[in-house]
Amino acid sequence: MDFTNDKPIYLQVIEDITSRIVSGEITAGEKLPSSRELAVTYRINPNTASRVYAELERRGIVFTKRGIGTFVSDGNVSDLKNEKVTKAVGEFVETMRGLGLNDKEIEAELSAYLKERNQNENRV
Amino acid sequence: MKIECEGLTKSYFAKRAVDQVNLELTGGHIYALLGPNGSGKSTLMKILSGLVKKSEGSISVDGKQLDWRAREDISYTPTEPFFYSYMKVSDVAAYYDDFFKDFDRARFYDLIKDMEISPDMKVRSLSSGMLAKVKIAAAMARRSKLILLDEPFNGIDLLSRDVLAKMIIGEMSEGSSLVISSHMVEELESIVDMAVFMKNGRIAEMCDVETLRINENKSIADKYREIYSEV
Repeated sequence: MDFTNDKPIYLQVIEDITSRIVSGEITAGEKLPSSRELAVTYRINPNTASRVYAELERRGIVFTKRGIGTFVSDGNVSDLKNEKVTKAVGEFVETMRGLGLNDKEIEAELSAYLKERNQNENRV
Repeated sequence: MKIECEGLTKSYFAKRAVDQVNLELTGGHIYALLGPNGSGKSTLMKILSGLVKKSEGSISVDGKQLDWRAREDISYTPTEPFFYSYMKVSDVAAYYDDFFKDFDRARFYDLIKDMEISPDMKVRSLSSGMLAKVKIAAAMARRSKLILLDEPFNGIDLLSRDVLAKMIIGEMSEGSSLVISSHMVEELESIVDMAVFMKNGRIAEMCDVETLRINENKSIADKYREIYSEV
């Protein structure tokens, strides 16, 4: 994984793990790698890896059974998904406003884009 | 383990290669030792390992002055290759076994096997990437409390650097600390949690990598440019 320079590394790893949970690649109840294995996989500092799990646990996304391991919690997938959707939409709106578009224009641009894209996809 | 340097100085005639360095290294961290050529990184590492005698100042390990006994817990791996070319990889293992009480030969063999290097290979026939892997595997197979790696990524291809980085992360013993010097700042960005910047033999700055990102939105590469690029 490539890390950007402007955000803490532990948050970037959290983004990646939560995306995998939302996409279904990692499922509820699944055992996650040990903190050291996580460090090796992401090529990150072992302390950063511990911080990733501590933060995921604080947010209720994973839970730890002492001596057994770290597992994905039940029932957070839809919350996580909503959170990511809100964030993505927020970023999109920020970019469009930065280009000088008002809300009506943003809506119009989006539906025009979706319409054209769907037509293209149906043609294939 | 905690290592404290106070007023550490090394003078060569009129020049001070290391100049009044105060530095505290604590267990469980990986430190990047950064700075341009001639900033004193190698000399500092060599003083800590006992290869170079300090001119002034003190080094203590857990509050006690550093003596030969404590030196056994500190390992130093230089950039330059230091194996004899007639050696096989198995001779390197025997050599480490003879020299270092804390060397774990089985662990060394496991590590090189993972990287598809066999004990029968001749050191002479190894590529620079493979040689670096043997060198770092030997360093990581010791149970040192402080591991000093001088420019471990020098002259090594991208994939081998990845393998080395992962071996370092995976094999670091709990509670021990590691110091890695490198010109390749970007390479260390995700591996280290602390960065020490040296300039003209002194510590210009020391910071926690994640805190730097949180507070200043800066990577260690950004900080490096800030410290050294002023004209």
